[in-house]
Amino acid sequence: MSYKNYRLKTFEKASLCRNFENEVFKRVNEKIINFPVYLSAGQEYVPSSIAQIVKDKKQKPLIFGQHRGHSIYLSFGGNIVELIDELLGKKTGCTGGMGGSLSINSNKINMFGHEGLMGSNACMGVGACFSSAKPTIVFLGDASVEEDYVLASLSWAAKKELPILFVVEDNNYAVLTEKKDRRDWKAKDVAKAFKLESYDIDDQPKNIFSVLKKNLFKKPIFINVNTKRLFWHSGAGVDEEVKGDRLTLEKKFLGKKAEKIHSNIKKKIENLWKQRLEK
Amino acid sequence: METTLREVIKQITFKHLKKFKGQVFGQNLTGVGWVAGTLPKLYEKDGVIELPMADVANGGMVTGAALVGRRPFYIIRYQGYNWLNCIFIVNYACKSKEIWNKPAPMFIRGLSSEGGLGPVSTSSHISIFYKMPGIKIYSPMTKKEYTNTYRKFMNSDDVFYVSEHRKSYENKIEFKNSIKKNLDIILMPISVTRFEAEKAKNYLNKNGYKVGIIHLYELKPFILKKKWISIIKSSKYGVLMTDNDYVDGIIRTLAHKINEQTNKKVYVLGLKDKSAGYTLETSNFPPSALEIINKIKQIKVKKRL
Repeated sequence: MSYKNYRLKTFEKASLCRNFENEVFKRVNEKIINFPVYLSAGQEYVPSSIAQIVKDKKQKPLIFGQHRGHSIYLSFGGNIVELIDELLGKKTGCTGGMGGSLSINSNKINMFGHEGLMGSNACMGVGACFSSAKPTIVFLGDASVEEDYVLASLSWAAKKELPILFVVEDNNYAVLTEKKDRRDWKAKDVAKAFKLESYDIDDQPKNIFSVLKKNLFKKPIFINVNTKRLFWHSGAGVDEEVKGDRLTLEKKFLGKKAEKIHSNIKKKIENLWKQRLEK
Repeated sequence: METTLREVIKQITFKHLKKFKGQVFGQNLTGVGWVAGTLPKLYEKDGVIELPMADVANGGMVTGAALVGRRPFYIIRYQGYNWLNCIFIVNYACKSKEIWNKPAPMFIRGLSSEGGLGPVSTSSHISIFYKMPGIKIYSPMTKKEYTNTYRKFMNSDDVFYVSEHRKSYENKIEFKNSIKKNLDIILMPISVTRFEAEKAKNYLNKNGYKVGIIHLYELKPFILKKKWISIIKSSKYGVLMTDNDYVDGIIRTLAHKINEQTNKKVYVLGLKDKSAGYTLETSNFPPSALEIINKIKQIKVKKRL
């Protein structure tokens, strides 16, 4: 696949995630969804870019996400209707109505649900990868990478040379506490100290593509991807307008074709939500 | 020569690795006596995996191994380390089947000492998990009980916590319940206190008391058999339970369950509510035969008054 095509395909995935999250935002404000939701709008380019690379490589990794998992689920091909149903607490949801927003799961795409202890998925991902020898992706946040057990997991993955990818979706905040108030080290440097191939990049698809195209699942890799979350840590709200939203920039760059894709997906998602709410 | 429990554990582990392609995880496995001689001398190529000295992460890694179906054994050298090692097991592996329909069957071997090892490593620490959903807890002290526990594990997709005691590894005998109607009191000991409870029962029965005993090793789920209920109901003073965990732990919970079903008093003797040191004077030991005898005498005197 050419890079141009990759970029457009990635946009399609990201657009699906963004439109989905916008609909969830509405439903939370309408009080149709009444439990905590963790929206990933603004950060969707991270899982979308990776999912597209994985798809092109015809791989089906084990996926260990955390609480902010809607975009991971959708990017890797999770069933949209089942996610809507999950957020509506229905038994037909991807986690049988038990998972809410935080603990979503999909056997179809090998995505393991999260229980709420930040960074635990790094340990489980490493264990699952070691014991199955299957390619594995672990998604973390810039806060959970500070957990001591995450660091121990990175170390063991390096020691055992596992086919695993660690992804830190770094939006600079732990709820509302900035990184500079929490630590004086970079995750990439720590990962490198454990002898992992490690990178610190922004969420441009070309950057993600370029660091993963060669060694993905051939050795353990760690990428810290700087990104921007649009909405609150939990729930549906906006503190301030975010400058440099990746989806907006990509849409502008890709032009009319992207505009059309985005608008079609928006309609599709709106209709799906409407249908599920009427059921 | 009759085999010991130690040998049986070793044989089961060997079979689990070779026949079922299982895995055994833990720290310091392949040295320091091969887990008190309970582990066959095998290495990573055989499925015996040395984990790093990262207790919290390790519990998560073993959960990952369980999620992909390797039915791992997880050896925790001192049950005091449960506090670190079992965080992700009780919060993820034990819930995974119910929430995500993804079972994470694993067989945790938690080794307990019997006093004299200071604040953390001295005793059993399984009460902390008793309240958690999705875990099964056993404390086999004999060969048959251990074999039965493993068989149940292989027919299940749950998390099994097997509370072992170093003192039991040399054991060659099987325990038998001793129950009949109209006893003075029935002992219901757990784990290593079963050895001392047997001694206490024998002594008391030779000295004019009528004492029965029901050996408990299947702790969760806990099933009070109909026969036991009727025996307890017919007893004069009820039940005395003993354990090597803190007195306000599992035995209080079980005592309450027994009381609910029999309407009889259930007394408890466990570790005292105090921190443990390292010496005879300062440690916190499980109830001895003498303490059990004295407790029963005291119950009898109080009842007469």
